[in-house]
Amino acid sequence: MATRLKEVDAVIVGLGWTGGIMAAELTKAGMKVVALERGADRGTTDDYTVPNIRDELRYVHRHDLMQNTARDTITVRNNPSQEALPMRRLGSFLPGDGVGGSGVHWSGVTWRWTDQEFNVRTMYEERYGKKFIPEDMTIQDWGISYAELEPYYEKFEYTAAVSGKAGNLKGVIQPGGNPFEAPRARDYALPPLKTIHASQMFNDAAIKQGYHPFPIPCANASQAYTNPDGQKFGACQYCGFCQRFGCEANAKGSPHVAVIPVARRSPNFELRTHAWVTRVMKDPSGKRVTGVQYTNLLNGEEYEQPANMVLLTAYAINNVHLMLLSGIGEPYDPVSQKGVIGKNYCYQTGVNANLFFDGKNFNPFMAAGGSRFAMDDFNTNWDFDRGPHGFVGGFTLSAGFNTSLPIGNRPVPSGTPPWGTGWKAALVKNYQQFMNINSSGSVMANRYNCFDLDPTYKNAFGQPLMRMTFDYKANEQKMGTLAAKLVNDLAKSMNPTSFNPARARESWTVVPYQSTHNTGGTIMGVNPKVSAVNKYLQNWDYHNLFVIGANVFPHNNSYNPTGPVGALAYWTADAIINKYQKNPGALVSA
Amino acid sequence: MKDDGINRREFLKGAVAGGAVATTTAVGLAPQVAEAQQKPAAAPANPGYSYLNLEEAAFVEAMVDHMIPADQYSPKGTDLGINIFIDRALAGGWGKGDRLYMQGPWKVGHPNQGYQLPLKPADLYRAGIAATNAYCKKTYSKSFDQLPAAQKQEVLTGLQGGKINFEGGLPARTFFGTMYQTVMEGMFSDPIYGGNRNKAGWRMIGFPGVVAVHAQNIEKFRDKKYVVEPLSISDLS
Ligand SMILES: Cc1cc2nc3c(=O)[nH]c(=O)nc-3n(C[C@H](O)[C@H](O)[C@H](O)COP(=O)(O)OP(=O)(O)OC[C@H]3O[C@@H](n4cnc5c(N)ncnc54)[C@H](O)[C@@H]3O)c2cc1C
Repeated sequence: MATRLKEVDAVIVGLGWTGGIMAAELTKAGMKVVALERGADRGTTDDYTVPNIRDELRYVHRHDLMQNTARDTITVRNNPSQEALPMRRLGSFLPGDGVGGSGVHWSGVTWRWTDQEFNVRTMYEERYGKKFIPEDMTIQDWGISYAELEPYYEKFEYTAAVSGKAGNLKGVIQPGGNPFEAPRARDYALPPLKTIHASQMFNDAAIKQGYHPFPIPCANASQAYTNPDGQKFGACQYCGFCQRFGCEANAKGSPHVAVIPVARRSPNFELRTHAWVTRVMKDPSGKRVTGVQYTNLLNGEEYEQPANMVLLTAYAINNVHLMLLSGIGEPYDPVSQKGVIGKNYCYQTGVNANLFFDGKNFNPFMAAGGSRFAMDDFNTNWDFDRGPHGFVGGFTLSAGFNTSLPIGNRPVPSGTPPWGTGWKAALVKNYQQFMNINSSGSVMANRYNCFDLDPTYKNAFGQPLMRMTFDYKANEQKMGTLAAKLVNDLAKSMNPTSFNPARARESWTVVPYQSTHNTGGTIMGVNPKVSAVNKYLQNWDYHNLFVIGANVFPHNNSYNPTGPVGALAYWTADAIINKYQKNPGALVSA
Repeated sequence: MKDDGINRREFLKGAVAGGAVATTTAVGLAPQVAEAQQKPAAAPANPGYSYLNLEEAAFVEAMVDHMIPADQYSPKGTDLGINIFIDRALAGGWGKGDRLYMQGPWKVGHPNQGYQLPLKPADLYRAGIAATNAYCKKTYSKSFDQLPAAQKQEVLTGLQGGKINFEGGLPARTFFGTMYQTVMEGMFSDPIYGGNRNKAGWRMIGFPGVVAVHAQNIEKFRDKKYVVEPLSISDLS
């Protein structure tokens, strides 16, 4: 029998970026909040210090800060005719574990997604006609606008110490920034990071081709900084150990630096670590949830934490899993296309070329998480005509280094022997002489890409694993083909001594690492028939349940997700405090 | 080693005193090339194996010395401690599958679905070595460690390219993939794990190791070689 605990105003499930933001905001507003985090409590002083944090084997290859798949994982397959099998170890993406979540070991690249995403169906239909969108492409408008989110983007950028260069201030294009970004009220919190040599070369080459490169915005503090909540950041030291590592300098915008301490200072907050939430409890009325059930991993005992409000902030994939395990909403069925929970799972695509320049010294180990220049000429640039190419969406082109460490990054020209003196000779020659050009591409929703509960495999708690069905479709392949061509053209224009050309991805595979940019599954929208939550991330059925994370994105952009994830968390916190608390009930009528 | 007359494994099998082990490993195996060009600190004694048995140790030593030969770039694999790295990795949490989802049912699946064997890395290694040696004995009448370089090359290339199939069902390429990854890990991970001895892997490519501060170096070393003595975790502990 589970032990029933005392009721609180709100229970937060998972204390990473979204949980941290909700904890800080709701406790500031005077609400009594309990956060349940499955992992351990970790922080800079004890866990992310030099020299031990500079350990590629431990953090990159042994996944020390990540979810342990022995306890819980997902099953994967490319299409519904296959049998899904468990992702037995992490690969393609790396959900975090412990206080701070993936926000500890992310890179910090922070974008503002625009109306081109939020109004995707309307914009493409208006410009290209209804037939341009394939029948199985289940994209839909998000029900929110850039203008609504703008102040919350700013709030997230200033909280997370985002360094960058504005490209569009209140409609005025700014030299050196991204001219295709949507207008912003203020510049970034901090000036851009120093430009490394590879980014500089990319920048110069892109300008020669008539493109519009800019330093990517990133939550790596380019200078010492204090955020609006008084949290202090050190300046980035370009140590070269950013993604998958905690930051020893507190220069990375991470929840355990930026927001969680704010909550922890409040008497309204309680954190319970090693608390694995297994389900959300429902009131028989079908209108309210009553709290959550969890297992204390320190002794195996089960608890019920009653709460007036439940906030799922357990990372995109885990949020969807908890919804399915709790039987909330109708599970999505790709055949009948009925139901909503599990719908529109999306990932990202991309291509990459390696360039080798005899005589150059790129020093790939000197870089911040955001040491990269990018261009949006084929992305947020709506003037780029997708018509002749026949795809929906867009892709960035970019170059630079981020965490280029020697076990994982051993650049050699194709055709090099894989071992022996010949291999060493090529690696020694090229280690300092290579750079790459990447493209990151959007993935549009497809009726067959979705989540449901696996019929066979179980996690350590005896619950069904979640099943992921995903593959790239013709839309992504067309886009990838163009992206590869443009990457290769740009690479050639730089006259490398040799290069390994980019090629479009064909099919999704669970190895190797690609990106932890999983989206969809409990999407937001304008009505409950086609979405799981409304524009305030409030569940349509249970009005005191909010589901916060990239799981609410109806499709995936080429950009990294955490900009809008953070902005939506602030937007939701605001709605809870200023709307819902005053008048509990549905914030949007169905 | 191939012309030693008595191979090391046979020697060890016959050896009574453990003390002989250290001596044999250290003596006579360091090639002149490495000695001359790398001037390694006194060749370290083999600290002993925690997981690998004699047969497996002989295989791993031969394999890492073939993949990472002594030359102008680095000492050979065993002098870098890659064999020790592999042994410790297999003996430790990773080798024992501490983060591997190990529940059945087990299916072959599609390569896109990733690793699907009911074997933890240590078991995979053990079975893979046995299967490779069985293949070598059948094909060349010798175990892998006894083969001349050209035949070692043939075997490793065959494993990598999927040309060799093991009897008994173990997928050879999966074994090779794991083995290759551990060689690279042993070459380039922090020396605290037993490989990359004297930071020779890092030195070879010019990776500076555990550096905390580069903010000033971005400008200073723009397109210039950054030559420093690499630092490891134990250097700073
Ligand atoms: C290597 C890497 C690099 C990245 N780089 C970038 C980048 O540059 N830019 C970008 O935009 N994004 C990046 N991301 C993604 C970014 O980290 C996430 O988008 C962001 O952290 C999501 O916030 P979240 O609150 O949804 O999840 P998280 O921050 O992951 O927090 C979720 C928390 O919930 C806990 N939890 C999960 N399940 C349960 C349960 N059942 N019970 C209790 N607790 C639970 C987890 O342990 C975790 O602490 C990166 C991710 C990785 C892994």
